[in-house]
Amino acid sequence: MADLSTMIAGLKAISPKEELKKAVSAGKKVIGIMPYFCPEELVYASGMVPLGLWGADMQANESKRYYPAFICSILHTVLEMGIKGKLNDLSGIMIPASCDSLKSMGANWQYGVKTVPVINVSIAQNRKIPAGKEYTASQFKKVRDELSKISGKEITDEAIIDAIKVYNENRKALREFSFLAGKHPEAISPADRNAVIKAGYFMDRKEHTKAVLAISAELASLPESSFRGAKVVTSGILADSPSLLKIFEDLHIAVVDDQIAHESLNFRTDVPIIESDPIMGMAERIAEIEGCSVLFDPGKKRGQELVKLAQDAGADGIIWIMTKFCDPEEYDYVPVKRMIDKAGIPLLAVEVDRQMVNYEQARNAIEAFSETLC
Amino acid sequence: MPDTVEKKSAKVKLRELQDKIAQDAWDAKNRGEKVGWCASNFPQEITTTMGIAVVYPENMGAAVGAKGGGQRMCEYAEGMGYSGDLCSYSRINFAYADLKKCEELEIPFPDFLLCCNNICNCMMKWYENLAIELDIPLLMIDIPHLTKEKCDPERIKYIRAQFDDCIRQLEEITGKKMDYDKLNEVMAVSQRSSKAWLRAVSYMSATPSPFSGFDIFNNMAVACVGRGTPEAAEAFEALADEYEELVKEGKSTFKGEEKYRVLFEGIACWSNLKFTYKALQSRGVNVTASIYGPAFSFLYGSMDELMAAYAYVPNSNCFEKEVSLRVIDARKNKVDGAVFHMNRSCKNWSGKLYEMERQFKEQTGVPTIVFDGDQSDPRAFSEAQYDTRVEALVEIMEQNKKEGK
Repeated sequence: MADLSTMIAGLKAISPKEELKKAVSAGKKVIGIMPYFCPEELVYASGMVPLGLWGADMQANESKRYYPAFICSILHTVLEMGIKGKLNDLSGIMIPASCDSLKSMGANWQYGVKTVPVINVSIAQNRKIPAGKEYTASQFKKVRDELSKISGKEITDEAIIDAIKVYNENRKALREFSFLAGKHPEAISPADRNAVIKAGYFMDRKEHTKAVLAISAELASLPESSFRGAKVVTSGILADSPSLLKIFEDLHIAVVDDQIAHESLNFRTDVPIIESDPIMGMAERIAEIEGCSVLFDPGKKRGQELVKLAQDAGADGIIWIMTKFCDPEEYDYVPVKRMIDKAGIPLLAVEVDRQMVNYEQARNAIEAFSETLC
Repeated sequence: MPDTVEKKSAKVKLRELQDKIAQDAWDAKNRGEKVGWCASNFPQEITTTMGIAVVYPENMGAAVGAKGGGQRMCEYAEGMGYSGDLCSYSRINFAYADLKKCEELEIPFPDFLLCCNNICNCMMKWYENLAIELDIPLLMIDIPHLTKEKCDPERIKYIRAQFDDCIRQLEEITGKKMDYDKLNEVMAVSQRSSKAWLRAVSYMSATPSPFSGFDIFNNMAVACVGRGTPEAAEAFEALADEYEELVKEGKSTFKGEEKYRVLFEGIACWSNLKFTYKALQSRGVNVTASIYGPAFSFLYGSMDELMAAYAYVPNSNCFEKEVSLRVIDARKNKVDGAVFHMNRSCKNWSGKLYEMERQFKEQTGVPTIVFDGDQSDPRAFSEAQYDTRVEALVEIMEQNKKEGK
């Protein structure tokens, strides 16, 4: 157990700020990657370093000159960090237009930050039809060319295939970890689970894969869990608030699987290797992702997926982590809730915000919910 | 004179046309034909050519807001679980889809949905939900947001493929066939309407402007959804002729002296339309510039240009183009100031509004105000805030005039 704790502590200690400094000191260029589903593999293939940007738990002030208060705190806090110069070491930032708030992020960043160039990412919403895949691939190729200019070297198909393999191995390792973490809540707290996944956004993927595999090996060797608390599946955009995860732990609630954009939705689907056109493989992956509110989902498969996740993981309930002011999530909630209700699975929605300080209301709601589960 | 007396005014023609579009949908429904609910910036050329009746939930949202039902319907949707953060047009529509009645306005229930996300992605989520709630097919044309001024060939190819797919699916759903010769005719009529619309709004550059700028909010609905019909082309030509005549006579439909001219940015606050109008009009402020003027023209000469035209709608353009459209319009129409609506419903529009206001101000040199409001939920609007800000704007414009700026 000591080994496991040490390994998890190692990943918890990963600081994006330090990793950025380290990379830049080593003469490497770093590209910021905003949610959702940007072609991060291309950054890896370019020899530059990708750094995930999902905001930070902080108060936003300067960003309010650009965004009104009713825009989500992920965008507010990324912009805040940019305006305050905390991301000046980046050589570029990838920004997609996946939701209405993100559509203005590129311009707000460009005029608010100025020092770090924007790499716009466009992804087809009609992503499953051939024309949609072709469109996404065409736009990813433009991103590749922009990255080439920044890195100063050509990004070959061979390098892209190698990067895809590195990322697919990482995804596979994370899937296995997520499964084992769900089987061993006595050893992996919700905060541990999140930390292991989150570290991948800041570390070299190969190093991260190694660390995750080592943790999984330890988990696999553990005897069957004696955990007696409530088991839940989480759904939403982001669930990395230490205060929220502490509430889960205090109340003996285990996260046995998730449908979180920042977590499993990012590693559940691999990129198929297409030797002749590897970037098309990346578009194919986008077409296959299910369960994310920012991707067109005409049949609301998200609901069916979520029910299945909860049933397969033997969850007692589902906790919907609602990122405040996230309209794609707010739209999904009503019909998906109905599907969950129909399946007879208890559901609780908790609204969270990166700028939230007081979690007492959330604690009370989660406590009341957990009591109904056990 | 007898000639002009017998002629219907453009206003009457436009109202009749709007009523006709609504009635056609009811008639089609009563005949047993398939009727669609349609996003306002969905390519109307498809449905007009195929003779498919569609109605527009966004227009219904605006009308219900204007008739005082916005808050009631929004609150009902919130009771269904929808967040008060969401677009009020969509909340009104969800309430109607569930209640199946609305005292202010009703539209026939749909057999299919036509979505286009060029104005916002919220549209996509809204229609995904409707498809589930009503258990009907959803056809979507995805128009990716532009980050450069021109629409790239890859976007055009993607939009075209979806356009063709959509036609195929509509043929299956409705049993009606696309006639490509007729499509060319509809495209030509749409161009006639668009050019007439542009000519009509171009008279706002006259001093005084021949009309109250708030009229644009009413007329743009037809410009947007009905422009493929000869009746719309005729109505807009009549409107342009009337404005031309008023300019020649130095007259205006704006009540009172036009002391100041402003750009009004954003969707109208339908639930507070009278108040927002009166606060300006009573101080001699006329709206002589609005993005709805130049932006709903949809000019094209080929199929590729038609695809691109739907990527050039407001909120789909890149930021710099959005700013320049306003600046050009404001300069041409000689505005003294600008009023920016921070619309609680519209994250796409509001997310860029502060920077747009700053750049607009810098490039035009005119004073600006921002006020909080909502397109159809009156709870996000404060009369006191709006009035105070308009008053402040008027004071600065007055001072500027005195100083000869």
